[in-house]
Amino acid sequence: MSAAPARLPTPLILSAPAALLFGALILTPLVLTALLSFNEFEHATGRTHGFTVAHYASVLSDSYYLEIFLRTFRVAALATAICVVIGVPEAYILSRMRNPWRSVFLLVVLAPLLVSVVVRAFGWSMLLGPEGPVNAALMALGFGRMRLLYSEGTVIVALVHVMLPFMVIPVWTSLQKLDPAVEQAALSFGASRATAIVRVVAPQILPGILSGSLIVFGLSASAFAIPGLLGGRRLKMVATIVYDQYLSDLNWPMGAAVAVLLLAANLIVMLTYHRVVEGHYRRRLG
Amino acid sequence: MSFLELQDITKSYGTLNAVSDVTLSVEKGEFVSLLGPSGCGKTTTLQMIAGFVEPTSGTIRLDGRDITHAKANSRGLGIVFQSYALFPHMTVFDNVCFGLEMQRVPKGERRPRVEEALELVHLAAYAGRYPRELSGGQRQRVALARAIVIRPPVLLLDEPLSNLDAKLREAMQFELRDIQRKVGTTTVMVTHDQAEAFSISDRVVVMESGRITQIDQPYRIYEHPETEFISRFVGKTNLLPGTVQAVNDRAATVSLGGVPVEIDAGALVRGDTVTLCIRPEKLRLTGSGLGRLPGRVAERYFLGSQWLYHIDGPLGTLMAVTPNDGSAPLDTGEPVGLDWTPSVVRVHRGRLAEAPDPTLEAH
Ligand SMILES: Nc1ncnc2c1ncn2[C@@H]1O[C@H](COP(=O)(O)OP(=O)(O)OP(=O)(O)O)[C@@H](O)[C@H]1O
Ligand SMILES: [Mg+2]
Repeated sequence: MSAAPARLPTPLILSAPAALLFGALILTPLVLTALLSFNEFEHATGRTHGFTVAHYASVLSDSYYLEIFLRTFRVAALATAICVVIGVPEAYILSRMRNPWRSVFLLVVLAPLLVSVVVRAFGWSMLLGPEGPVNAALMALGFGRMRLLYSEGTVIVALVHVMLPFMVIPVWTSLQKLDPAVEQAALSFGASRATAIVRVVAPQILPGILSGSLIVFGLSASAFAIPGLLGGRRLKMVATIVYDQYLSDLNWPMGAAVAVLLLAANLIVMLTYHRVVEGHYRRRLG
Repeated sequence: MSFLELQDITKSYGTLNAVSDVTLSVEKGEFVSLLGPSGCGKTTTLQMIAGFVEPTSGTIRLDGRDITHAKANSRGLGIVFQSYALFPHMTVFDNVCFGLEMQRVPKGERRPRVEEALELVHLAAYAGRYPRELSGGQRQRVALARAIVIRPPVLLLDEPLSNLDAKLREAMQFELRDIQRKVGTTTVMVTHDQAEAFSISDRVVVMESGRITQIDQPYRIYEHPETEFISRFVGKTNLLPGTVQAVNDRAATVSLGGVPVEIDAGALVRGDTVTLCIRPEKLRLTGSGLGRLPGRVAERYFLGSQWLYHIDGPLGTLMAVTPNDGSAPLDTGEPVGLDWTPSVVRVHRGRLAEAPDPTLEAH
């Protein structure tokens, strides 16, 4: 054998395509957006030039914007929490099913991903609209017509519907990695099923729950189609005001500033969450 | 009535019978080992007692109670899983403590009991570690400590010592035996190590492809194996196919490929096809020209306390074991004589499908 064969930079070569794609399609637009957010904007001409932090200042000092930011993160947090509450048991039950059924139900869980978000949003708005079947049923039961659309609740429900697969899949994956004997061991010591799940299964799938929550939270906080179509003009979220700034007011620097702030806030929330949860299991699960 | 009873237990996976018609009674305080080759259904049997595998048919009774379909968490057994099944997110201490917590042992009592159990498996210094920070053998000992700390009426051990070095294994066998004596724990242990099964069990259950082939005391299994499969699986043996040539009231003469050999008569009749089994340590090596058969040393292996010889002779290659008494061993090529007492020869009816190659049996 020859001593120390020449090492090919294989890892670099293999990661190059992804790095290029990432650089071209994500980093470049991000940098451009960030730069744009510091430009001055002339309402009269629509010209952008110079350097200013005025947009950031006005967003951060305006209670209108702050309220929208708060609402966005509240909606995203609630949608995430509901996804955990529904998605984790769903994944557990799924992992306990035997094969023909497991495949069938996995497909059912993933099926919403096959339908465009816009179509699903319109589905919800038909369902919950003033003439929709839900209101018809409420009327028939004597509750009277209710305004269901254009409320935070509706947006949250629709977000949960869209995001659930992103919670189920990582949790299901981490459940697949569990040794069933570990749960059996808990049972053999006389633990009830519920105790076994809480004390033994749940802590082991925490990484899956964590990554599922991060995906769901991130996607919900920056969601556009669902709040745009189901929140309407009344219930604004951050992504929808970015859209308004760009396309209605044509104030691109302002839109860019809001987008950058959304990104920053999202990052802070997610990193904090990750730190806190991961700190609990890092040493145990490696 | 027995403490733990399995009656006609069968488990099928599709068309495969992992376990067929297993009937076994274990007395209170008894130490029983399930011994058999890989895949013969030992784990499946244990899992049915534990309640993690539902028997296809048959009944299991524990202390007079039918537990065939009882929930696993109502059986109160201590189990060591073949894969250890430690809780990966808990420290060694918490792993061992879990059972005590579930049994609502008062808080103050838990710590000393956990420490005692860890002491027993020589892991007192590792209480604060997580399972992934332990070696395979250390994990296995945690699993053992976790099972014995709850002082269960029945211990089910699935190859609990398979990953330990010889010294530690012996120490743990001694501890297991000691616990079982002191506390009177009924123990069912799965193993495919016959030496382990023999040294600590009251009775050994030999299994072969899902069935029990013999249940007996270790000594009897070794000396009186009921089938030639057992004599081959349990220890080393020389198997010699032959035909009964002559019978009188005390002795029979068996022709082994033309070589006549005298054995105790039993219920044989002239013309029977038989297989004779002689354990290697029962063959005596004598001076050349003496004994019943002539031979020549073909190969010799040093086993520490013993020498294993392969002796070529008129019956093919035979294994012989002699104690290492400190004197010089025989050299290869040296002519010897082979002798034995007729009463040590075991006779199985019928002929082997094919005579096993003794060189393969030796390893
Ligand atoms: N869930 C299952 N589905 C199908 N077949 C199974 C299942 N579990 C076990 N078997 C089969 O049943 C037979 C007995 O398995 P078992 O685990 O009891 O063997 P074992 O005696 O414990 O072997 P080892 O000594 O290797 O652990 C094997 O042939 C195995 O392939
Ligand atoms: Mg096994």
